[in-house]
Amino acid sequence: MGNFSQKVDNFIYIFMEQNGYVRVIEGLKNTLMIAVLGLFIGIIIGTLIATVRVIPKYKLLPRILNGFCSFYVGLFRGTPIVVQLLVFYYVMLPLMGLRITGVQVSILVFGLNSGAYISEIMRSGILSVDHGQMEAGRAVGLSFSTTMVKIVIPQAVKNILPTLGNEFIALVKETSVVSFVGAADLYVAFNYIGSNSYEFMVPYLVMAVIYILLVLIISAGIKIMERSLRKSDRRN
Amino acid sequence: MIDVINLEKHFGEMQVLRGINVKIDKGDIVVVIGPSGSGKSTFLRCLNCMEDPTGGQIIFNGVDIADMKVDINVHRRHMGMVFQHFNLFNNKTVIENIMLAPMYLQCQDIRRDKRKNLGIRISNLFRKEAEKKDLLPITTTKTEISKKVREEALALLKRIGLEDKADVYPSTLSGGQKQRVAIVRSLAMNPDVILFDEPTSALDPEMVGEVLDLMKSLAKDGMTMIIVTHEMGFAREVANKVIFIDEGQILESGSPEEFFGNPKNPRLKEFLSKVL
Repeated sequence: MGNFSQKVDNFIYIFMEQNGYVRVIEGLKNTLMIAVLGLFIGIIIGTLIATVRVIPKYKLLPRILNGFCSFYVGLFRGTPIVVQLLVFYYVMLPLMGLRITGVQVSILVFGLNSGAYISEIMRSGILSVDHGQMEAGRAVGLSFSTTMVKIVIPQAVKNILPTLGNEFIALVKETSVVSFVGAADLYVAFNYIGSNSYEFMVPYLVMAVIYILLVLIISAGIKIMERSLRKSDRRN
Repeated sequence: MIDVINLEKHFGEMQVLRGINVKIDKGDIVVVIGPSGSGKSTFLRCLNCMEDPTGGQIIFNGVDIADMKVDINVHRRHMGMVFQHFNLFNNKTVIENIMLAPMYLQCQDIRRDKRKNLGIRISNLFRKEAEKKDLLPITTTKTEISKKVREEALALLKRIGLEDKADVYPSTLSGGQKQRVAIVRSLAMNPDVILFDEPTSALDPEMVGEVLDLMKSLAKDGMTMIIVTHEMGFAREVANKVIFIDEGQILESGSPEEFFGNPKNPRLKEFLSKVL
């Protein structure tokens, strides 16, 4: 165990003295930014796709949109996130002539990717809302989209919040691959500390603990949100 | 007011309505009865295009609303509907349920003007000083409208004696209370006609009375109503026209005295002998 305490001392030294903590904070910031903004983009894309997929398909336009959405979901669920990151960073962006940083690419790709997953979650949420709600909204003269936004989606979100929380947690953890495109996340920060001390045991252990703490905080947040959204179900 | 001409409805291969012709005048209280599966609910739901008719015309206030090109939302605002399963908005409180549609409608002008103002503001950025356009005046605010609508909604709630329930969610109400709120929700739009799709079928027997009482008081106020129901006593008492539908056709219609006292159609006789 003497060996281990020396390793801890070593880690603390690099963490405190050699600006290791600056990198960790930077990495934490990037990790959270990619996850939160990715989820945000994902929810917007997912809601749009889910809405398109539940529109009655008598007419041509909904059918075309629906076909496009199926293709999109198939594409992003059918390839690994690392492949998507690499393709975007090394193929799409040079082709389009864009120059953006690894973090920005990661936000974009994680948004597009989680959009595909969230669309299915959201669709099941929308389908779980009683059809009568939509009918009642239409019967008082609201349009399909207004009823969707004001009545159906709020109830759908309430129903899918636990699953959406899962998606967010998965997203936070999946961000650990963004170093493939040069984004400095938590993994990169601890890897730096490790390589400076030629010792990886303590840094990676601390990294794991930080991820666990993040996830615990997120779970608590979701629980609070769920409770406040559930108030319309409560009988008092 | 509503003129139904040769209304037909197919669900795939199955023909549910086979040419229905009805004329409904202002102030009429029409009760539609018939065995289950006869198409009476479908008929009612076709009237406000909840189910799109596959043939025929529905002339409502001079417009054929069965035509797919008309903006059905505009016409539905003049046509309330009450459902068997209440369908109150679960994520809104009772008063919000009632206020939602009137608020949306009355704020439409504000929203449109604000949108136009934004456009003007943006294009003003590119105009020369002399060519800048003025913004459209917005006279009322959302808060004022909301105050007015809220007062009206409270008055409606007072009418059904539920003003103390204004800020609770529908999940805390009993079935009868829910249905009464659903009825005043459609009243809040000041409709020309209200369609009732078996309003008492999902209620406990002891709650049926309170809903029927409210409907009777609407009838007394001269509201035009079209009611699909199994409450024969109510039909006899309130209706001024009763329609019997079976297999997608109107087999008999007439005043309640004649309809219940002296039925002519053998199918109707058989039906009445079972339910009365």
